Amino acid sequence: MNLMMLLEMAADGFGERVAIQNGAARLTYAELFAAAGGAAADVAGAGVERLAVLDVNSLALPVGLFGAACAGVPFVPLNYRLTGAELERLLAGIAPAYLVTDAERVAALAPQARAVRGREEFLARSRGAKERPAEWVMDPEAIAVLLFTSGTTGAPKAAVLRHRHLVSYIFGSVEFGGAAPEDAALVSVPPYHIAGIAAILSSVYSGRRIVQLSSFSADAWLDTARAEKVTHAFVVPTMLSRIVARCEERGGAGVPHLRAVSYGGGKMPLAVIEKAMRLFPETDFTNAYGLTETSSTIAVLGPADHRAAAASDDPAVRRRLVSVGRALPSVEIEIRGEDGSALPAGQSGEIHVRGEQVSGEYLGLKSRMSADGWFPTRDAGALDAEGYLFLEGRIDDVIVRGGENLSPGEIEDTLLAHPAVADCAVVGVPDEQWGEAVAAVIVLADGCVVEADELRGWVRERLRSSRTPERVEFRPELPYGETGKLLRRKVREALLEGTS
Amino acid sequence: MAQLKVGSRLRSAVCTTEVIVIAAPGGDVDVRCGGTPMVAPGGAPQAGGAVAADAAGGTALGKRYITAAGDLELLCTKAGQGSLGVGTTPLVLKEAKPLPSSD
Repeated sequence: MNLMMLLEMAADGFGERVAIQNGAARLTYAELFAAAGGAAADVAGAGVERLAVLDVNSLALPVGLFGAACAGVPFVPLNYRLTGAELERLLAGIAPAYLVTDAERVAALAPQARAVRGREEFLARSRGAKERPAEWVMDPEAIAVLLFTSGTTGAPKAAVLRHRHLVSYIFGSVEFGGAAPEDAALVSVPPYHIAGIAAILSSVYSGRRIVQLSSFSADAWLDTARAEKVTHAFVVPTMLSRIVARCEERGGAGVPHLRAVSYGGGKMPLAVIEKAMRLFPETDFTNAYGLTETSSTIAVLGPADHRAAAASDDPAVRRRLVSVGRALPSVEIEIRGEDGSALPAGQSGEIHVRGEQVSGEYLGLKSRMSADGWFPTRDAGALDAEGYLFLEGRIDDVIVRGGENLSPGEIEDTLLAHPAVADCAVVGVPDEQWGEAVAAVIVLADGCVVEADELRGWVRERLRSSRTPERVEFRPELPYGETGKLLRRKVREALLEGTS
Repeated sequence: MAQLKVGSRLRSAVCTTEVIVIAAPGGDVDVRCGGTPMVAPGGAPQAGGAVAADAAGGTALGKRYITAAGDLELLCTKAGQGSLGVGTTPLVLKEAKPLPSSD
């Protein structure tokens, strides 16, 4: 197995279709296949062990991804916001590397990698190859992609995704050539995120044209979607929230071709998805849950699930709108208790996952995967009777108050239901009496005022008193990461600074 | 005849067909294409071999082929003139059940 198999099939099946475009620049599947061979030749000539790309979304991404696969070296997309010492450390960790970056950075980074090419130079060299690449190493165990994740503790770790993981993910979730000729997917997630990699692979295998957005803004997203007749898009919750807000200001969405929007990468507020479904009544919504270590999606809440939940009077069915749906057919999901035993439906525990696409591996670290292939995600959650999965945050974020485990997500959902609360974060803070106490940071809705005591009463009435926030603070906004994940560590740090 | 492993590849000895194993039963399987046992990816085509008349339905790129029991599933990565089978029993085309696009 090798990612090049996927691209070769696309080049054989629909080589003349446009594979990817960025502004006026575009590549067909046949051209992308040839360019991967060209890139591989240049990489091989440089005598390196990795191909890194430090760039916004550009054609260098797919050419680099498949070029690395063809050359038999790992592909390493780097965060283009990184600078200075941080970047230097990552580059030192992947040496000897071939680095592709924007023209402005080439000179400065030249000493830090064995070969450094500007994006346009890299693309010109790659596209110089007119012949189809003849061969590549079909080693399923070879590393296809290394993705640096900062995690919540700060020190960057590189998740290892081997060819067999990514190819299995695509074989298990995408139908070859399943896209209609007019289909186009708008890709605005950062290229160094697993969703960015998955978007390239899924689109190539299904034959769906990728329209890249170099960097996200709600206006650019809406304008590009309209101009390019985009039919599909993946967004993280903060993007959808901004798109929805901008549509309301503009008096409509104006994207008549948009048939399907999938979202993931963080918790989607119920208000945002409900508003989006009203603004885009013709659009199918899919919620995807996955991790870097699982080669992207492992569970989906599909369009029919969305509509059934939104239209239902049964609270158990309606609640599914905030679930992440059911496991892919090629993946198994189990909820386990602290003693490692599987828990029945309705009970909360740690989400464990098994499947060919699951890697669970970090470079230089011991794998957390069990001998029989189960990977503990460190995400807390519960399944309902029909297998719908509800996320309850990271295990490490669980608040332990007087020996009782409290899920911040449950308390946050309750607070968010209060009309004066626009956003909130619940974290544990050190407490002499209880070990940890519940602290809530509230962002008020425009023009609203509410007392802390009223919010405490609101939670106490709906949940047990142990879940009532001992501390309530008001802030103008909460810290979010680029992919829409609430940065609880920062919330906690800010609260602790406030006390000292 | 050989034991099949998920992820391993086979090619036809008598046409251009290539497949990858998506699911495989335990034990030896007599996988054929065009009526002749398939070979390893680097294996030599059969000299003078031809697609048998009763196994000439062809394979289509990207399609999946399964046994009636569903225990063997092959994905076609290169199309060809021969059709797939186990022994003399033809494999059937697996109906696509597309999942909603999630990325």
